[in-house]
Amino acid sequence: MLKIEKLNKSYGANKALSDVDLTVSEGLVFGLLGPNGAGKTTLIRIINQIIDGDSGKVYIGGELLAPKHIELIGYLPEERGLYKKMKVWDQMLYFARLKGLSSSDARIKIKYWLEKLEMETWRDKKIEDLSKGMAQKVQFISTVIHNPPLLILDEPFSGFDPVNAEIIKDEILELKAKGTTVILSTHRMESVELLCDQVAMINRSKKILDGTIKQVKSIYRPEVYSITLDQLTRDLPTEWILKEDEGSYSFTLPLSGKHPNELLNELMQYGQVNRFQELIPSMEEIFIHQVKSTENG
Amino acid sequence: MDKIWLVIQREYVSRVKKKSFLLVTLLTPLIFPAIMGVFVWIAMEEEGGQSLRIIEVVDDNKLFFLESSDQYAFSFSDSSPEEAKKLVQEGNRYGFLHIPKFDITEPTGISFYGEKNPSMNLISYLENNLRKKIEEQRLFESGIDPQIINDVRTQVAIKSITLDEEGTETVSDATVNYAIGFVAGIMIYMFIFIYGNQIMQGVIEEKSSRIVEILVSSLKPFQLMLGKIIGIAGVGLTQLLIWILLIGILTTIVTGFLGLQMPQQQAMEMANPEMTQGLMQNTDMGEILQVISGINYVQIALSFVFYFLGGYLLYGALFAGIGSAVDSPSDAQQFMLPVTIPLVVAYMGLFVFILNDPNSTTSFWLSIVPLTSPIAMMGRVSYGVPFWELALSMGLLIVGFLLTTWVAGKIYRIGILMHGTKPSYKTLWKWIRTNN
Repeated sequence: MLKIEKLNKSYGANKALSDVDLTVSEGLVFGLLGPNGAGKTTLIRIINQIIDGDSGKVYIGGELLAPKHIELIGYLPEERGLYKKMKVWDQMLYFARLKGLSSSDARIKIKYWLEKLEMETWRDKKIEDLSKGMAQKVQFISTVIHNPPLLILDEPFSGFDPVNAEIIKDEILELKAKGTTVILSTHRMESVELLCDQVAMINRSKKILDGTIKQVKSIYRPEVYSITLDQLTRDLPTEWILKEDEGSYSFTLPLSGKHPNELLNELMQYGQVNRFQELIPSMEEIFIHQVKSTENG
Repeated sequence: MDKIWLVIQREYVSRVKKKSFLLVTLLTPLIFPAIMGVFVWIAMEEEGGQSLRIIEVVDDNKLFFLESSDQYAFSFSDSSPEEAKKLVQEGNRYGFLHIPKFDITEPTGISFYGEKNPSMNLISYLENNLRKKIEEQRLFESGIDPQIINDVRTQVAIKSITLDEEGTETVSDATVNYAIGFVAGIMIYMFIFIYGNQIMQGVIEEKSSRIVEILVSSLKPFQLMLGKIIGIAGVGLTQLLIWILLIGILTTIVTGFLGLQMPQQQAMEMANPEMTQGLMQNTDMGEILQVISGINYVQIALSFVFYFLGGYLLYGALFAGIGSAVDSPSDAQQFMLPVTIPLVVAYMGLFVFILNDPNSTTSFWLSIVPLTSPIAMMGRVSYGVPFWELALSMGLLIVGFLLTTWVAGKIYRIGILMHGTKPSYKTLWKWIRTNN
């Protein structure tokens, strides 16, 4: 769906993107991760043709990015806004028409979405009279109104209460099931693990990691085990003990080059092993680790 | 193109539908005829409804006789000043004029006593009358018959005729030309300021509420800017058109209605007695009509529309550029100066140079330079401007607004996506030079 080759962009002396390659296959939810100021927004703006890259190529559906592709993309920016004085209906109509829908098509689509998200009673309300969550829904509908095959959502859940966030999450998954490719830019890792099939991580203008969630998780394995022992037969080395609870001891140990079985054998000499489990790092930990390691190296 | 059209529509409809637009558009034209109507009505009321004011005159010189008018009657008695004052206090007299004995070459000590503060009108009426009487008296004393003076008093009015290359003569009248230039210049000035500001506010609104990022993912920033400028121009033109229609209709109604009760001439005399006297005595009505019909209305109307739009587009682009560079209207102040100055210069120039001497060098340059020409040239057009000057000025205005639109587009394109930093002129210059 989207292919980016050696994309570069700098603002004066500041590099925003350097030699970024990216491939997003059709029908996936693709997570674009990275700390603030890493270059995510720049990348997204280039895909949306808001700004141009300095060098490199962007392809959409195999074609070099061109103005006609605007209609294929639905874009929800991180900082979003609506005309406060405009009515919900007029606002949606305006955005839909700007994306190239005919007036009659737009009306049908708006009706469909208002009904779907149970917002028909709001159609003649002005944006300034809506709650923040409601306005966010209007914004979301405006983004997907023209059925774009590629959806780019920048921090889509910020500003939503948990109930509405759930609704939006379900909508995203439904769109995905219908074949929409979704690029999700966020630093909220729990939503990444829930939604994304693939991720790419950007830090300091460079792509530092990409792949499926499983691939990414296998790249960074700290090889630390979480262990619980009880009915001790021998005193534990004092540096091990993290928590004691009625004769049950919990702690973590790194493999330190050993085979897991060796470690298990060793542990069995101290007492009964109730738990022996590898700690799989969360996306958040991988994220922090990767950011730190690229900054140090 | 379709997208620009959508933006134009939105900008236009969202403004025209506002209640404030309706209010301003409908009320403003009501104000002029209303004020006119009220004044005429008050004047008529005063004249008709008020009883004659009697003023007691005590002239210790026993020399002056003041003629009574419609409003004031003078009563001459030999009563003492004290008695006269008493009459005023008791309310029997409107006022009391005391002319003490004085040397006729140096009249001093004349006083007016009244229960209320007398109007400027009354005082100058009394002063004029007394001056005339004293002058007559002095002429008489030096042996000249005042009647001779009256006989030789002459009114002069120059009929001004413009002569063009083909020898066509057009009767012109500086007053009418002045009025046309004055009104047209001021209208363009106000239009640029009011609607330029609306452009700027609109851009700032879109920028600060972050709508702009969604918009520019659907269309080019330049299209967005142009759509906004044109849409708001449409709002302005609509307003202007409604005003012209309403003012025309209302003025006709008001003057028509009042005209039945008061002849035109009288109304004009009340407004400015001296001027109309001169006009009425020495130029007949036909000549005024000749002046009015001698003005090239088509040329003036076309130039007005051209400079109206040209000036607006030139400045509108600058206003849009400024709006895009800042985060809030208060930040915009720092960039407003270079835009305001040429406008104010043109406005001042209109009064100081152009309307007084439309063909001076300063007037010429003000009406050629694109930044000042929309206002300045309108001040000159009604006096008649050589074709090549008009063409040069218009051509430069077109070049000017293409240039400002280009510059503003460059600033706009980068500015609308920049938040949190206050740009300086240096950064703006950098943005203009950046190619994207």
